Amino acid sequence: MNEIVKVSGLRVTARNDLDEEVNIVHDAHFSINKGEVLALIGESGSGKSTIALALMGYARAGCRLAGGTVSVAGHSMLVLGERELAGLRGRKVAYIAQSAAASFNPSKRLMDQVIESALIHQVMPRAAAEAKAVQLFRELALPDPEHIGQRYPHQVSGGQLQRLMAAMALITDPDLVILDEPTTALDVTTQIEVLRAFKKVVQERGSTAVYVSHDLAVVAQMADRIVVLRDGQIRENGLTEQILSAPAHPYTRSLLAAIAPKTRPAGDQSKVAQARPLLEVRGLGAVYGSGKGGAPVKRVLEDIDLVIPRGATIGVIGESGCGKTTLARTIAGMVAPSAGQLLLDGEPLAPTLEGRTRDQFRRIQFVFQNADTALNPRHSIERILGRPLEFYHGMQGSARRKRVLELLDLVKLPATVAERQPGELSGGQKQRINLARALAAQPDLILCDEVTSALDTVVGAAILELMAELRKELNVSYMFISHDINTVRAICDEIVVLYAGRKVEARKREALSLPPFHPYSHLLISSVPALRRGWLEEVEGRTPSALPALEATGEARGLCPFIDRCALRVDGVCNRQPPPRQLLENGGSILCHHTDLELRNLQSPLRLVEGEVA
Amino acid sequence: MRSSAPPSVVPPEAPRKPRRHLSVAGLAGAVVVGFWILMALIGPWLAPDDIGSMNGDAVFAPISAHYPLGADFLGRDMLSRILQGAPYTVGVALAAVLVASVGGTALALFAAARGGWFDNVVSRIVDVQLSIPTKLLALIMVAAFGSAVPVLILTVGIGYMPGAFRIARSLAVNVQAMEYVQAARARGEGLGYITFHEMLPNMLRPVLADFGLRFLFIVLLLSGLSFLGLGVQPPAADWGSLVRENIIGLSEGAPAVIVPAIAIATLTIAVNMMIDGFAGRKRRGGE
Repeated sequence: MNEIVKVSGLRVTARNDLDEEVNIVHDAHFSINKGEVLALIGESGSGKSTIALALMGYARAGCRLAGGTVSVAGHSMLVLGERELAGLRGRKVAYIAQSAAASFNPSKRLMDQVIESALIHQVMPRAAAEAKAVQLFRELALPDPEHIGQRYPHQVSGGQLQRLMAAMALITDPDLVILDEPTTALDVTTQIEVLRAFKKVVQERGSTAVYVSHDLAVVAQMADRIVVLRDGQIRENGLTEQILSAPAHPYTRSLLAAIAPKTRPAGDQSKVAQARPLLEVRGLGAVYGSGKGGAPVKRVLEDIDLVIPRGATIGVIGESGCGKTTLARTIAGMVAPSAGQLLLDGEPLAPTLEGRTRDQFRRIQFVFQNADTALNPRHSIERILGRPLEFYHGMQGSARRKRVLELLDLVKLPATVAERQPGELSGGQKQRINLARALAAQPDLILCDEVTSALDTVVGAAILELMAELRKELNVSYMFISHDINTVRAICDEIVVLYAGRKVEARKREALSLPPFHPYSHLLISSVPALRRGWLEEVEGRTPSALPALEATGEARGLCPFIDRCALRVDGVCNRQPPPRQLLENGGSILCHHTDLELRNLQSPLRLVEGEVA
Repeated sequence: MRSSAPPSVVPPEAPRKPRRHLSVAGLAGAVVVGFWILMALIGPWLAPDDIGSMNGDAVFAPISAHYPLGADFLGRDMLSRILQGAPYTVGVALAAVLVASVGGTALALFAAARGGWFDNVVSRIVDVQLSIPTKLLALIMVAAFGSAVPVLILTVGIGYMPGAFRIARSLAVNVQAMEYVQAARARGEGLGYITFHEMLPNMLRPVLADFGLRFLFIVLLLSGLSFLGLGVQPPAADWGSLVRENIIGLSEGAPAVIVPAIAIATLTIAVNMMIDGFAGRKRRGGE
C-alpha cells in the first residue's frame, strides 16, 4: 500500500447561530494512493472544502476538527501543533484556491510569490527555485515562461493567474496538492486551457491531488476517483467511470440528471409568429466613458439587433466582459444607449429611466444575477414582494398579503417565508424570491441576468424548471443571459452569441448542435466539458495548435472582433474588411466572412457530441 | 408539477430568536440616557440650592451631607450646579448633534442618489466648510449673532455637519451600488423611496455609531466655547464649563472637578452603549 492520504472518522464541527456545536462533516473515511487524483464533489455547504482544508490540519474560523484521524504522507495532521503544521503546509501539502486573483499579493512580482514557499521551507536556493518555476511555467503552457515571473498579478489574465498559482503549489514538489474549485470562476474557453495545463502537470509529475469541485463534468476529466458528498457525509466513493456510468447512490443520480437539464418544448410557435414582437432592439450601441476631456471611450455594445416575440425565450451567451449584462441593463433603461432604438410593442421606449412610464417599467422586469445583493437585507420577504404590488397595482392590506402568498406559492416557497429576511434564506430560496419579485409586477418581459450561475447545479436546474413552467402559465417572455451554454440550451428558443459587444451569431435552438457555427460559438460550445472521461484529450486533438498567421491588423473600424483568437481567420480578408452578416439556412445569422457551406465543411469533421450523459 | 418541487429547497424551520431586543449593555445605556434626559427636563427644579447661593467657607468642599457632591470654587453646591447644567449639556448637545447628523445624512443621501451637479456642488461646499476649524466658525457666529441657545445649537450643528455628510455620503455611495438599489431604480421608484426605504436602513449602523462619536465631540466643543466665554453664559453653566471653572481644584483633590467630568462620561458612554445596542443587533446571517 502506498497510501499518501488516509482519513478515517473525520468529524468537523461548527458553531451555528444559536451557539450550538453542529457537525458539518461526519465520519468521513477515504484514502488516496500515490499518484492518484481524488475528486470531492458536492453542492455548496456539503463540506467538500472543509474536508480539503482538514487535510492540511486547518479548520476555518468557527469550525473545529473534532475527531478522527487524518494522515498525510505519514504525518498525523490533527495532532500536530501549529508550528509543525506550518512546516508541512506549502512543502508536503499545497493548496490552490478558487480565486487566484484574491490569493496573489498585487504589490509583489509573480516570481517572488511563486517561489516563496520554496524559500520559506529552504528546500532550494533562490536561483534553483526560479529555474524550477520557469520550467513549471513552461509545463503549464504559460506564455513567455522566461519573463512572465517579472510581471505583477494585474498584468496577467485570470486563467494565467490560476496556472501561476498551480506553479506556486508545485514548486516544492508536495506529496499532496489540493485544488479547491480552481476553474469555477473562469470562462469555459479559459477553463479548458487551465484544465489541460493542470492535467498535463499532474500526469507528468505523478502528483497526488485532491480536486474539489461542484462540476461533475470537470471532475470527470481530472479525477481517478470521485467522492460524492452531501450534508457533510460521504454518499458515494468510487472510480470515476463507475460514478458516471453506474451511480449507486440516488443523490449521485440526481446530480447527474441536473447536469444535462431536459430540453423543454419551445414556446408556442404559432402564437409567437402571429403577434407583433414584444420587444425590438435596433442597432443598439452602448459606451462607457464620456469621451470628453480625454476620457477613453469603451465600446461595450455595437450594432445589436434583437427581436423578442411574446412568450418566447431568447438566450444571450458570451464570456465575461462581452457586454451581455450591459445589453440587459440598456433594455431596462439603467444604461443609456449611445445609438439605436428600443421598441416595446412597436412603441419607442425612452433610452433612460427618467423618460419611461410606470407601465413600461412594469412590463420589463430585471432579475439580477446575485440574489444575495439584489434583495434588501433589511426588508422582510413580504415587504420585498409587496412593494411592486403596491407600486404598480396599488394593492394594500389584506389583498396585498394574499397576493404575496400566491406569489410564494407560485415559486414554491412556503407561506412562512414571508416574515423572514433574505439573510435567513438559502441561495436557491433567495433566487426564487428574486424571481417572484419580478413576477409580482405581472411583466411581459423578464430580463434574467445569470440567474442560475451562483447556484448549485441541482438548485439551478430547479429554478430553470420553474421558469419554464411559469412561462407556460403566464405567457411571459424571457431574455436569458448566461455564460453557460447548457443552461441556455435547456430553456431558450433562440440563442444570440455576443463577442466583444458584437452579435456574432443568432440561431434557433433546433439548430444548436449542428454546424455551421460562427468560429467563436464553435469554440464556446466545444469548450463545455462533456460528462465522460477522455473528453479533454479529444478536444486537445481537435484544437489547432497555432492560429493562421496574420499580417498586422488594419486599423479599419468594424473588423471582426474575434480575429485575434479565430482558428479560421484568413489573412488579407479578415484583417482588411468588416465581416458581413450572413443569413444561414437554419434560420440564424452569423457575422463572418466564411460562407455557410465553408463553415459546414470546416466544422463537420469536428461534429459535436456534447449533451449526452455518458 | 407543484408537488414535485425539490424538498431540499426549504430547510426545516429553525427555532428563531426574538428579533428586537437590546443587549444588556444597550439597555444599561438607554437607562442612563433616559435618566439624564429626565434630569435635563426636571433637574433645575430638583436642585436643592439656588444658582447664586455662594458660601465662602465651602470653597472646594469635600463630599458631605450638606454638599452631596462637594462644592465648587465659589462654594456652590455641585449637585445643584450639575442639575442646573443638565439642560444645557444634554439639550444643546443633543439638539446640535441631531442637526448635524440628521442634516448631514439626509443631504448625503440625496447627493449620492441624485449624483451629477447636485452632488458636486454640495460636496465642494462641504469641502470648503471642512477647511474652516469648527471653533473658529463658532467664534465668528457667536460674535455675529450672540450666544443665545438656538444660535449655539445651529452653530455647532452646522459646524459638525460636514463630517457627518462625508461619512454618510461614502456609505451611501457604496450602498447605492448594491443591486437592490438598482432593482428599485429599474422598478421606477422615486428618489424618496430609494433613499429612505432602500438605502438608509442599510447604512444606519455606521451612521448611528458616528452619531455617538459626534455627540461626544459636540459636548467637548460646547464646553470649550463656554471656557472662552462664548458658550452658555455664567452664572449658568454646562458640564463642560463646570470642569473648566473648577480645574484649579484638581490639585486639592476637590470632587468639584471630577463630578461634572463623571457626568459627561456617563452621558457620552451611555449614548454610545445605547447606539451600539441598537445597531449591533446581529442579523442572523448565512443559511
